[in-house]
Amino acid sequence: MTDTIISSATKEVVIGFDRPFVIIGERINPTGRKLLAAEMAEGDYSRVESDALAQVEAGAHMLDVNAGIPMADEPRILAEAIQLVQSLTDVPLSIDSSIVEALESGLAVYKGKALVNSVTGEEERLEAVLPLVKKYGAAVVAISNDETGISEDPDVRFDVAKKIVERAADYGIPASDVVVDPLIMPIGALNEAGSAAFKLLHRLQKELKVNTTGGASNVSFGLPNRNGLNGAFISMAMASGLTSAITNPLHAEVMTSIMGADVMMGHDPNCTRWIKKYREPSVEGEGGGRESRRRRGRG
Amino acid sequence: MGEQENDLDLATLNDDELVQQMHDDLYDGLAEEIDTAVRILLDREWQPYDILTKALVEGMRIVGVDFRDGILFVPEVLMSANSMKAGMKILKPLLAETGAPKMGKMLIGTVKGDIHDIGKNLVAMMMEGAGFDVVDIGINNPVEKYLEAIEEHQPDILGMSALLTTTMPYMKVVIDALVEKGIRSDIEVFVGGAPLNEAFAESIGADAYCRDAAMAVETAKEMMSRRQGSASAAMAGSG
Repeated sequence: MTDTIISSATKEVVIGFDRPFVIIGERINPTGRKLLAAEMAEGDYSRVESDALAQVEAGAHMLDVNAGIPMADEPRILAEAIQLVQSLTDVPLSIDSSIVEALESGLAVYKGKALVNSVTGEEERLEAVLPLVKKYGAAVVAISNDETGISEDPDVRFDVAKKIVERAADYGIPASDVVVDPLIMPIGALNEAGSAAFKLLHRLQKELKVNTTGGASNVSFGLPNRNGLNGAFISMAMASGLTSAITNPLHAEVMTSIMGADVMMGHDPNCTRWIKKYREPSVEGEGGGRESRRRRGRG
Repeated sequence: MGEQENDLDLATLNDDELVQQMHDDLYDGLAEEIDTAVRILLDREWQPYDILTKALVEGMRIVGVDFRDGILFVPEVLMSANSMKAGMKILKPLLAETGAPKMGKMLIGTVKGDIHDIGKNLVAMMMEGAGFDVVDIGINNPVEKYLEAIEEHQPDILGMSALLTTTMPYMKVVIDALVEKGIRSDIEVFVGGAPLNEAFAESIGADAYCRDAAMAVETAKEMMSRRQGSASAAMAGSG
């Protein structure tokens, strides 16, 4: 049992084996979103604002914030976006950049304990990112690749993940603050992408005892009805040990799969959250006086 | 439909019907059928170069259009490309023997620091599928590796890809090195990868930004027809 605690100034989210799945909203990311990229580069954060609110409204427990815009001042933009999102909502954030200076400027303004996204097994990255994670008392996403590339062999990826966890320990970062990203590959190009991910997730939970996350939507790249596949993948991945995902909470199929898998895993006792979300509104004149009875809130 | 196709004897078709059937079989990703059809056309004393352009390249052109328009999807296109490869396997040595004109050669690899290669691999497969010679130098390439490979293989096109905002500026390092060596104008530079855009490609002095694999193939064909003049333009374009 491993709990990873991420927080904002006022709210704590726990990623853990025996807990409801944690949904990290992926939308605040200009990669592949031309309009958002152009607006953010010009200091217009209105779409960041609406994306943040919509995702929380749809059920995101955390939000990922990325400002990866070519030729822009990413450290400044990322810090500004983080401050804005933290002023709008109390969900904890994942600070997402491949530029170390941007991670640092984001961490410097962040209120609470952030999730740093990400470090890889590459020596240079480990040495640059882990001290930052330690300095700010954050948690970190560990991507299971290194200088040699992304192995298709889940056992090789496991070894990379293990190395990162060990290196983090050298810096005084506990394994509970390392959330491993197994690197979800497109199934349309690699038929073994699903089974490799499930095998790796299983080992990460049973042997390395770490929490996990990942870009779940990658799995459906280049295919039709992506949300359908994303949902199927996520529920199977959850059964294999995936404890959080960076995904789009605005997609109903994906949310249904996650909430349904939570029920099946026994992480939604008495199906309380499922019922609350999907109960049909009672038709007027029916329902045996549900409205009139005094009901105690159960969550 | 499936049963009928299984019963179809390719050898009974006349040339036009057979070429038409090859377009369909490429579309459906039927490698064995393509292999058989190529052999039949060779038996009928077709020039390897005509088989390449009229049957295979034209078939893959149709695949490319439907991929671009969202009618075909990645796994289907990979099956088509593999079928094309099955045909190329037979034709390649014959093309070399007969001194047929080349479709063009591409050198491709991800830049230093970047190990993400799924997109790069898709481009390589689609380019091969379109009849190009592809030299894939893999991931994490420093500028020296690009220069060495360019000298060795003399490609028409250099393709570089990067998935990270931290690694994409390295493309400029490579392009600047080409300028410095005085070989920049000998080679067309295509760049691609999720965080890139046209403005970035322009700012680093690349010749083209290719949004996806289908776009890379289209751009490469246009570029080659510009380079080779109108004779081969007709070849690459209409088949």
